[in-house]
Amino acid sequence: MKATVLVRPKQGILDPQGEAVESALGHLGFAVRDARVGRVVDLEVEASDPAAARAEVERMCEQLLANPLVESYEISLDG
Amino acid sequence: MASPQPRIGVVTFPGSLDDRDMLWALAALDAEAVPVWHAEEQLPDLDAVVLPGGFSYGDYLRCGAIARLSPVMNAVAAFAADGGLVLGVCNGFQILCEAGLLPGALRANESLTYVCRDVRLTVERTDTPFTARCGPGQTLVMPVKHGEGCYIRPDHLPQEQVVLRYGEPVNGSVDDIAGVVNEHRNVMGLMPHPEHAVDPLLGSADGAFVLASLVDSARSRALAIA
Repeated sequence: MKATVLVRPKQGILDPQGEAVESALGHLGFAVRDARVGRVVDLEVEASDPAAARAEVERMCEQLLANPLVESYEISLDG
Repeated sequence: MASPQPRIGVVTFPGSLDDRDMLWALAALDAEAVPVWHAEEQLPDLDAVVLPGGFSYGDYLRCGAIARLSPVMNAVAAFAADGGLVLGVCNGFQILCEAGLLPGALRANESLTYVCRDVRLTVERTDTPFTARCGPGQTLVMPVKHGEGCYIRPDHLPQEQVVLRYGEPVNGSVDDIAGVVNEHRNVMGLMPHPEHAVDPLLGSADGAFVLASLVDSARSRALAIA
């Protein structure tokens, strides 16, 4: 089963990368605010059903893919 | 033996850079510096362990996130749990945070630029095994060289665990925190590099206040065990 994990800096955590992107977009003439830059992890997970797959990926996020102190994560499953 | 040389291990991870400088600095401060490879599952007989700076595993995912899963880290965690002295410098600090041996996390510098220069630090605590040679409020000058040194503390970090603060803006760290200890004060991490500042020829010898404190503490531990 395919899983996609979206990891982003938690609200309130300084995100200088997001600020740099926001400023660069401003230079291009786009009016944007609150740009935040995160990370995407695509993976294929062995699991009997979607609930088991989600639980497995959640453990991956807690243990490695995200740092819970400064990052939040979202999991989506496909297939 | 009135004054045995304490044995201090320096772990080399794939991508460590400052392991040799650390070995050299510890030997210059009269410790027996012992190289330790990250793939070892056991530590040799040691009185302290140092995780040096560098870019372990290319800083992939997050700085220190992969290195903390190295086989040797189980042994380092057990050593720390047993009261053993562990010091992490720069990437070593990041690894200790990722391993949960120190509170907090290190993120990209506020400026998004790599900082590489001497900085002023203020010693907040002298009652740790890593700063006993310092005076209260003493200013130390040491180099930093990092892209991800912005320290984010957990909400409840007690003041007693803040050991060093920057005396000038460096990387956006919350409360200017440059170095912290764990609750039991036997594990410390800092972003500045004491091992690059143990000889006046290199611009400052203030790093020796930290490393010689560690050598003293490791020696006391060696004597206590012997």
